Amino acid sequence: MSSRAIIKQALLRTIPVMMGYLVLGIAFGLLLQKAGYHWVWALGISLFVFAGSMQFVLVGLLVQQAPLTTVAVTTLLVNSRHLFYGLSFIERFKKMGKRGLYMIFALTDETYALLCAAGEVGSTEDRDNLAWWMALLNQSYWVIGSTLGALLGSYITFNITGIEFAMTALFTVIVVEQWLNSKNHLPSIVGFVCATIALIWLGPAQFLLPALIVTVLMLLIMRNVVEPSR
Amino acid sequence: MNILPSLLIVGVTAICTLITRVAPFLLFGNKNRTIPQAVIYIGEVLPPAVMAALLIYCVKDISCIRYSLWVNEIIGVIITALIHLKWRNTLLSIGVGTVVYMVLIQSAFFS
Repeated sequence: MSSRAIIKQALLRTIPVMMGYLVLGIAFGLLLQKAGYHWVWALGISLFVFAGSMQFVLVGLLVQQAPLTTVAVTTLLVNSRHLFYGLSFIERFKKMGKRGLYMIFALTDETYALLCAAGEVGSTEDRDNLAWWMALLNQSYWVIGSTLGALLGSYITFNITGIEFAMTALFTVIVVEQWLNSKNHLPSIVGFVCATIALIWLGPAQFLLPALIVTVLMLLIMRNVVEPSR
Repeated sequence: MNILPSLLIVGVTAICTLITRVAPFLLFGNKNRTIPQAVIYIGEVLPPAVMAALLIYCVKDISCIRYSLWVNEIIGVIITALIHLKWRNTLLSIGVGTVVYMVLIQSAFFS
């Protein structure tokens, strides 16, 4: 395939991601701008962090100026799913050289899903070129969306009070999806219960880190209960 | 906004995100190494548990003292979930849920 044909394929296949990333990116940019950050922050964060749901959590962590240990543990746990995306592509990305390094960095939920759905595309070289273009396009949508949102934020004249609920809605959708996609609902319930108890006990400023640690411990302790019913 | 502390928070987030993405290649990049069962188990059960905990993080500032301080969030979450159960379209669910919440808050419907 010519590189034009490959770019065209990549564009077509990433259209659904483009819609999602532009809209959610704009929402992220708006939130960050509303928290008092210049649009350069939105641009930088989307370039260097590039992790959708974590970036929404990051806005909250920035607003409360959370301690760095909380930031680190939260990030590692929220993004722990990346470990298992990477596992599927170890051999493939290794063979892609420098482009493979970018693929490792840019493997979001959506890019992972597109790579899994890519199926057979001509030669191995074509397949890897297509994967690279799809990853690059996806990050461009995200960067453009979030920068745009942050820029628009300063010009919006209508009342956007309550826009921050977009983050709650996003996580509601994620939780519903995970509930529907798993036979075993115990992990969701464990996370929900641990966080609720920790919130009531420790209050909104302190509860996240203990809640996440207790969740992990509970899952390890309950392994025998959780696993056989899968 | 404090520039230096904020830069540190963003930097730590960027580095820790990168660690989660590079780890499988560093830990299991060697063909002869098999992935331990415990790692596979945690990989399956951790994401849904953490996401449920984060949903609580999103609504952490609600308060039970007055019903106007929690009822908007609860309605927003329920509507978002119901719309998602019906159509399973992420953008639709987030869009409608957020607009409903904004209307409730701005009109001070429950106050």
